[in-house]
Order: sequence, then structure tokens, then C-alpha cells
Amino acid sequence: MLRVEGLQKSFDGFMAVSSADLRVGKGEIVAVIGPNGAGKTTLFRLITGEHLPDKGRVIFKDEEITGLPPHEICRKGIGISFQIVNIFQRMTVFDNVQVAVLAHQRKTGTLFSPARALAVEETEKILRNVGLIEKTQSVSGSLSHGDQKVLEIAIALGSNPDLLILDEPTAGMAREETSAAIDLIHRMTDELGLTILFCEHDMDLVFSIAGRIMVMHQGKSIIEASPDEVRSNKQVQEAYLGVS
Amino acid sequence: MGNRAKTFWIYGVLLAVLLVLPMMLPRFYTYILALIFVTSLLAMSLNIVVGHGGLFQFHHAAFYGVGAYTFVLTLTKAGLPMWICFILAPLAAAVAGFLIGWFCVRLSSLYFGMLQISLGSLLWAIVFRWYDMTGGDDGIHGIQMPEFISSTSSAYYFILLFFVLSFVIMYLMHQSPFGQILRATRDNPARCSAVGINVRRHQLTAIVIATFFAGEAGVLFVVLERSVFPDLLFWVLSLEIFIMCLLGGWFTFAGPVVGAAIIVSLRTFVGAYTEYWTMIIGILLILLIFFLPEGVMGFLVERFKGKPNKAPTEQTERAHASS
Repeated sequence: MLRVEGLQKSFDGFMAVSSADLRVGKGEIVAVIGPNGAGKTTLFRLITGEHLPDKGRVIFKDEEITGLPPHEICRKGIGISFQIVNIFQRMTVFDNVQVAVLAHQRKTGTLFSPARALAVEETEKILRNVGLIEKTQSVSGSLSHGDQKVLEIAIALGSNPDLLILDEPTAGMAREETSAAIDLIHRMTDELGLTILFCEHDMDLVFSIAGRIMVMHQGKSIIEASPDEVRSNKQVQEAYLGVS
Repeated sequence: MGNRAKTFWIYGVLLAVLLVLPMMLPRFYTYILALIFVTSLLAMSLNIVVGHGGLFQFHHAAFYGVGAYTFVLTLTKAGLPMWICFILAPLAAAVAGFLIGWFCVRLSSLYFGMLQISLGSLLWAIVFRWYDMTGGDDGIHGIQMPEFISSTSSAYYFILLFFVLSFVIMYLMHQSPFGQILRATRDNPARCSAVGINVRRHQLTAIVIATFFAGEAGVLFVVLERSVFPDLLFWVLSLEIFIMCLLGGWFTFAGPVVGAAIIVSLRTFVGAYTEYWTMIIGILLILLIFFLPEGVMGFLVERFKGKPNKAPTEQTERAHASS
């Protein structure tokens, strides 16, 4: 479904991603791991179009999407939930998700019918799915951090993506929130048939849900394999897992 | 629902009072009221882009001037029927808004503002210098208006009609997906493009709509004053309406009307006593920034409706949890 080939990006001479390769098949859960500064977030931003790659190609559903602006990439079916909570702080939980649903339904230019009557069902369905239905009218800025992370995912679901990219979905969550999030990720693949690409520092989580793992180190993808292979790979152990 | 019915009644009564007022007020006050409507419309149009769109449209008065001058020139030089001129003028302002906005939305925040103020000033320079066409510094005065809007009170009703119409249209837009997404692009443009919104195009559309209404305000100004002069496009006026939005509350819908009413009244009544009335605006602004950062209307809304713009307090959150 997604193919990344030889992607490269530098910022003012600093090579954030030097050569990244990645394949994600339909219905897979793929994890990207690597130490801080390995270039995981940059890789995701290159895929979603937020950054322009210096070199390399991104192919999604057999179509090259390298260099397209983020809104067009989203319309092709890639959704992202950001690492740092990136929601509409002044709006209610409902409005947050509704914005994404309205954009997906191409109703952003509707001028004269009231927004409150539109896309209500779809929005509520998503909020019910992620477990925020009781907080629809809360101002999103007032939610707990864990709920904001879930809302972040809910917004990404609003554009009904085929591939969902989760940048550290459980960062800063409490333990019980984390297990709820893992539950949510499983349900998204099982029930909604989503393909998921994510990165995460919590290794237990990565090894428990990822079907395949790609390891990044200093901007390079060093291996892409099943969790077992990754665990036993010597190069990975040296670079990342800290086992000698 | 109760709240909406209440709002409806408040606006209904207000409108009834505004309809009756000219019959009781001296002509001068009717004129001031009409001027407040014209200015309010201009300030509200600015607030679409500044308050709801979060764009630094520093020189919005340029489009007010384009509307006013287009109306006058098509009426006097081209001799077109009044209604045609009436429609052409806001359209011309919207075209100017599109052309300038097209360049500006490519830049971010302050750079947007700087380019916008320079391109807007260019329009002022054209009007100021093109003596044969625009009368330059002198402007054009004593424009003949049709019979039905020739008196102050008939002009008042004409202006009120279009003010109310525009108010309702802008309110509908405010509540529409377009308005909601415009506010979303203000709060978080990166998130918006990540969910598939073409942020630049959305902002440009907002600018075109806003400049259209600014042009309409320009036309209504001519209806009231029967003259045009280059000051209508001067940046000082832009600053003044910017302050109106700030003063009234730029996160609210009707705030700019309050701001316009305050500034126009101050200029008229305090300005009659002292030419230093701008000093009072200065002091007002300082007080505003310290005590009412969300503006007069923002303060009132917060007071009576329970802080919709801010994170709820612990109390409301608890109430919510128990409900």
C-alpha cells in the first residue's frame, strides 16, 4: 500500500533522514523504532507532505505522492495523529472531529447551512468508537492529556483514512490509558480495516502489536523485519536495544 | 434553544427601536447612527479575516475605498444606472481583494501583513495621484443620489436595510462549515492541512468575502455622505477599524459593531471638544489590553454565557461529569 524508497531530508546541513526505505502492506500494523533523533518523526512528515524530501520517492496505492501538499495527500487516504498534541484548543471535542469529517466530505466551502446540522452522525460514530462520546461538548483544551491524545487520533479518523500514521500514540499516557489506546489500535485494524504505521518508545507495546518493525538509526533504516527477527538482530541490539 | 429564542427577541426589539429612532431623533443623530452602521459593516468584514481567519489584514480600508470609488465613478463618469453601480462596486472590491490576497496568503503572519499594507497603499497612491479620474486629493463631492435615498432619514433606512441583510448573511457564514473551518485554520493551520483542508484557498475565499462586504460598506458611505476622498483608502482608517475589532472583541461575531459604535461616538462627541480625542482611544486601548483582552463583547459573552472561548473551570467540568 505504501512504499518509501531512499528518502532523504536535511535541515540546514543537518541530515535528519539520510536513506529511509519502508513498505507497508494493506491491513498491516508496522512500527518504526529507533533512538531519539533517529528521524522517525521526520520520516512521517515526509510521507504526509509536511516536509519536502530532498531525494527519494513516496508511493501510495501505486501512485507517486512525493512532494504533494499535505491536504492532497490526506485526500488520497493518509491520516496522521501527531506526537505533540495538535488539536483545536478553543473548540469543543465534537467540533474538533467535525472539522475533519466536513473536510473529508468536501463541505468546507458550504456557506449557508449551519455546521451544527452537518456530519453529526459520522462525527458521533467516531467519538463513540474512541470512547469520547460523553465529553463531546467539553472544550478540547480542558481535557486531560490522555484524552487529548485520543482526540488527536479521533481527528485523524475523521478523514476516514486507509493508512493511519500514529506518531507516538501513547506518549505521556498513564498506564491504564495506554492499554485503552492499544485496545483502540487493535479495534481500528480489526473493525475498520485500517492499515497502521506508528512509532513508539514503549517497547512492550511495539512488540505486542506490531506485525513488522522497521528500525531507524541516525537517519537510516537499518532493518525491516518481523518482531522476532528484529529482537535477535545483532545490529539492532547494538544500535538501540542496548544489549551487548 | 431558550438561549436562541432570547437572542432572537433581543435582536427583534433592537431592530424595532432602530426603525423608530429616526422619527424621534434630530437629523444629526440619525446621521451618526447611519455612520455607525456603515463603519460597523466595514469592521465586521475586517473581523472575518482578522478575528476568525487570524490573518493580518492590516490595510482593509483600501477595499472600502475601492467600493466607494467604483460606485461613484461608474455612476458619474460611466453614467450607469444606480443599481448596476451598487452591485459592481462590492464586486470590484472583491476582485481587488482576490488579487492582493492571492499574493498575501502565500506568506505567513507578519509578512502577510506587511505585503498587504504595501499593496493596499498602492491602491491609495493610485487614487491620490490619478487626478483626472478620481479628483486626487480633492475627491469627488456633491454626488447626486436618486430621489428615494436623498434625505438623511431615507438614506438611514436604506443603510439599515443593507446592514441588517449583510449582518444576517455574515452570521449564516459564521455558523456554516466555512466559518467553523476558517476558525480552525486560525487556531491550527498545520492540523487543518493534515485533515485535507486547502488552507490557503480557504483563507483566500475568506478575504474575497470580507473585501466584498468592505466594498459594500464603501457604497453605503457614499449613499450617506455623497462624496468620496482618498482618506477612505488611507492606512489610518485601517488602523481605526482594526482597533474597533480589538475593542469589541475579535473572537465574537457582533463585537466589531460594539467597537465601531464606541469609536464613532468618541470621534463625534469627544472630537467636538478636543482634537486630542485619539489620546482617549490610546488610553482605552491600554486599559483594554490589561482588563478586557477579549474585548467588550468577549467580556460580556464570558460573563453571561459561561466562558465558551476558554477552557472551562473546574466547577463546570465537575458539573459536566455529574450530568
